Amino acid sequence: MSRRTALCAAAAFLVVAVLVAAFVGAADLNPLATAAALIDKAAPFLHLPTSLDPLDKAVLFQIRLPRVVLGALVGALLALAGAGYQGVFRNPLVDSGMLGASAGAGLGATLAIVYLGGAGPQVVPVAAFVGSLAGVAVAYATGAAASRHTVLSDGVATLLLAGIAVGSFLTAVQTFVLQRSASDIQAVYSWLLGSLSAASWQQVTTILPYAAVSSAILLLHGRHLDVLAVGDEEARALGLRPGLTRAIVVAASALAAASAVAVSGLIGFVGIVIPHIARRLAGPAYTGVLPLSLLIGAGFLVLADTLARTVLSPAELPIGVVTAFVGAPAFVWVLRGTRHVGT
Amino acid sequence: MNTPLRLAAFAAAAAACATALAACGASASSTTPASTTTPASRTTSSAGSQAGAASATAAFPVTVKAGNGEVTLKSYPTRIVSLSATATEDLYAVGAGSQVVAVDQQSDYPAGVPKTSLSGLTPNIEAIAKYNPSLVIASQDSGGLVAGMTKLGIPVLIEPAVATIAAAYAQIEQVGQATGHAAKAVTVATGMQRQIAANVKQAGASHQGLTYYWELSANPFYSAASSTFIGQVVGLFGLKNIADKASKPSDGGYPQVSQEYIVTARPQIIFLADNQAADGGQSPAIVAKRPGWSGIPAVQHDEVIGLNDDIASRWGPRLPELVGEIAQAVEQASK
Repeated sequence: MSRRTALCAAAAFLVVAVLVAAFVGAADLNPLATAAALIDKAAPFLHLPTSLDPLDKAVLFQIRLPRVVLGALVGALLALAGAGYQGVFRNPLVDSGMLGASAGAGLGATLAIVYLGGAGPQVVPVAAFVGSLAGVAVAYATGAAASRHTVLSDGVATLLLAGIAVGSFLTAVQTFVLQRSASDIQAVYSWLLGSLSAASWQQVTTILPYAAVSSAILLLHGRHLDVLAVGDEEARALGLRPGLTRAIVVAASALAAASAVAVSGLIGFVGIVIPHIARRLAGPAYTGVLPLSLLIGAGFLVLADTLARTVLSPAELPIGVVTAFVGAPAFVWVLRGTRHVGT
Repeated sequence: MNTPLRLAAFAAAAAACATALAACGASASSTTPASTTTPASRTTSSAGSQAGAASATAAFPVTVKAGNGEVTLKSYPTRIVSLSATATEDLYAVGAGSQVVAVDQQSDYPAGVPKTSLSGLTPNIEAIAKYNPSLVIASQDSGGLVAGMTKLGIPVLIEPAVATIAAAYAQIEQVGQATGHAAKAVTVATGMQRQIAANVKQAGASHQGLTYYWELSANPFYSAASSTFIGQVVGLFGLKNIADKASKPSDGGYPQVSQEYIVTARPQIIFLADNQAADGGQSPAIVAKRPGWSGIPAVQHDEVIGLNDDIASRWGPRLPELVGEIAQAVEQASK
């Protein structure tokens, strides 16, 4: 598939996913009335009448739509961060939670829940965001310091290993804190499982600036990642500064993942699966993988969340269950047809 | 059930043994000597038969059928460790408070309980043994608690979360028997029963027209269906639970409910059992500000009730207080 076709297909997939998500839900809103209400909102000058009563309208515009939009944002950010990390580490196994990002977010959220519980619900996302960024910063600094004395051939492996060490350490601290406060276990695990259940426009507007900045930086670094793919020495010969590029892409990926995690908790599988699907569609070049990951990730998470909130309607499933249940078989399918998995 | 007689209890025990023998014919021969070696002990079941009346210490040895099977206490327990907040409340209510030497970190009622850093969820056998207990009460057998304590020869009573209101009374009575306060426990249980009946009578038991939503947590939204203990408590007033439609057998009566559904189900009363929730407490004011919730009748008519989370999540002697709060809300909403 040519890159242009793939991009068009991915965009169409996202549009379809959003439309499906906007029309289904536990509230069982009349589809025609919903369509009329949506068109009326988009083009108020048409004065289109809708049979939705005020409560139904509130459900559509205050509960369902922000959830769809937030799902798209989170999916796009996780997939983009995953693609960024995979490119910078030249390793197909890394995902958006790498380098202590997930572990740091988990520790931040746990500390906020256990020690700042009374301070209100808005504290947890901030703590998760800060924790995620701090986790990456510590892992990166540790890895960079270690790589000066490393026996490993390149700094990338050292960074990844430092990330694993820092992640394990942060998770140990998180578990220790949690074990000392049994009453908070339910709240912490609910957060760790990830959820978009309480999505609001406020959450959308809160993460939008971070999402825009990190996405823009990542999308602009596609070419750099492609050059980096041939190796540090060769990249340097081509006039690139590998260390600087790595730092910028890691920072942008960390920012993207942290913004997503802050509003949704730890949603697994998106950050690792989606870049591979993008690669399968349009080849390994990051100039294509990055924008495709953004679009497919957004559409995928919107659909996954739609399943999460409709399969057992009016009950819900944790979204992590759906992303893994749908994502794991999709991953296997992608792997079977992928010849060059690396980069 | 509130006129305990030695003889009646003994007859009940004999009947229970007979039933057990009949039920498992194969193991009958092995069960018989066991039941005859302890002729003085009285077997009682968690269904609520009890014995007492004699002085506290004279009642021992006593055998009760707890969540972990039959437990025999050879003598009056003078040093009790409680690893369950509900059990702690039970112990103090039945008059065993002076025997309690340590309670877990969740136990916070009544005031002045000997709170320690012990955990009922991840119990540390050595830390518990340090208190030299003659009885340990917990709500679940996690971390090998029963096996560990049994090795040390310390009896453990597992008093798990109950499924029915009758079982809540029976549990209090059992705690009374095991601690030498059987008669007081019966008085406590019947007192609770009387108080709850009075509340239900005043507010009315047939409000089938009223719907409610019971919130256990807000992100994600977890509720309790009618089949749960709490569902039965609210069910005393005949209210309709909006979570029933969302509950599947696999969720144990605690479904994660879609926010869209909560709003369009238009509940007339909302009970918040997550006011001190760890991830940020809710309150009627916060609920009113949730996007899209302003059209819910409960929000419009000020029928969002912020409960005491502790009372709403335990099944102990303060149950009538919870019923009282619910009764008040029901009366208000049905005006």
